[in-house]
Amino acid sequence: MTNELLFDFTVDKAKKTVYITREFDAELSLVWDAFTKKELLDQWVAPKPLTAKTKYQDFKVGGKRFYAMVSPEGQERWAVQEYTSITPKTNFKMYNAFADKDENLELPGSEWDHTFSEQDEKTKVSITIYNESFERLERLLDGFTQGMKMSLGNLENLLATLSKARS
Amino acid sequence: MEVRRDVFQAIADPTRRAILLLIAAQSMTPNAIAEEFHTSRQAVSKHIQILTECELVKQEKKGREIYYHINATKMKEIDKWIEQFKKIFETQFNQLDKVLFTIKKQKK
Repeated sequence: MTNELLFDFTVDKAKKTVYITREFDAELSLVWDAFTKKELLDQWVAPKPLTAKTKYQDFKVGGKRFYAMVSPEGQERWAVQEYTSITPKTNFKMYNAFADKDENLELPGSEWDHTFSEQDEKTKVSITIYNESFERLERLLDGFTQGMKMSLGNLENLLATLSKARS
Repeated sequence: MEVRRDVFQAIADPTRRAILLLIAAQSMTPNAIAEEFHTSRQAVSKHIQILTECELVKQEKKGREIYYHINATKMKEIDKWIEQFKKIFETQFNQLDKVLFTIKKQKK
């Protein structure tokens, strides 16, 4: 695998928008599937040690994906993505919001726009994320880092136990 | 209930960004800041109040006057936060690279 893949990440604080561009070493149809099919999404969207699980997905305009990020301790953070526009293998837009386990939305959410293009057997994906409130993005980050902190906490405990056993 | 001020909302406003730029160079009194803008002193002091509430600016008393200066630590926090956010995407996409790689191998 090559590490020479383009990755661009900028934040326009004034416009409350995040711009991300990333290249993938695969054909467009495969990358499109990886972003739009739950079986594939669940394999990569959760930064380890978190895992993702999709309860259901209906990939069509007006359809939704209801999914959770799960911490190693089993704590679930649910969210809903509603598809607002789909141009197959070119672009899709969705509205993303946190939710409880019964699918009640916690607003405001954020608007995501994904554009796909293929060049030299690589696929470029451009993502813009608009947030009504940056505080929300902050919470999104908290959700991710909590899972990581928890496992770091576990590691600390383990190390403490090990060093005790030694002395 | 105490409402937490949104730091990013604070810097989303053009006047407040201008204030931050202004006092980044040197600390200033509210009057001196207000003189730089074509709005009322009240409006400017409201902006300063918001910036103070989210700890982007700090006040300091020198004699009778209050001076406002930028809180560099808080500004750095924002950059740090953005950096963390970037890392999460990096992690995600690296995982996706692996998934794509595996699928491609299976196809062959």
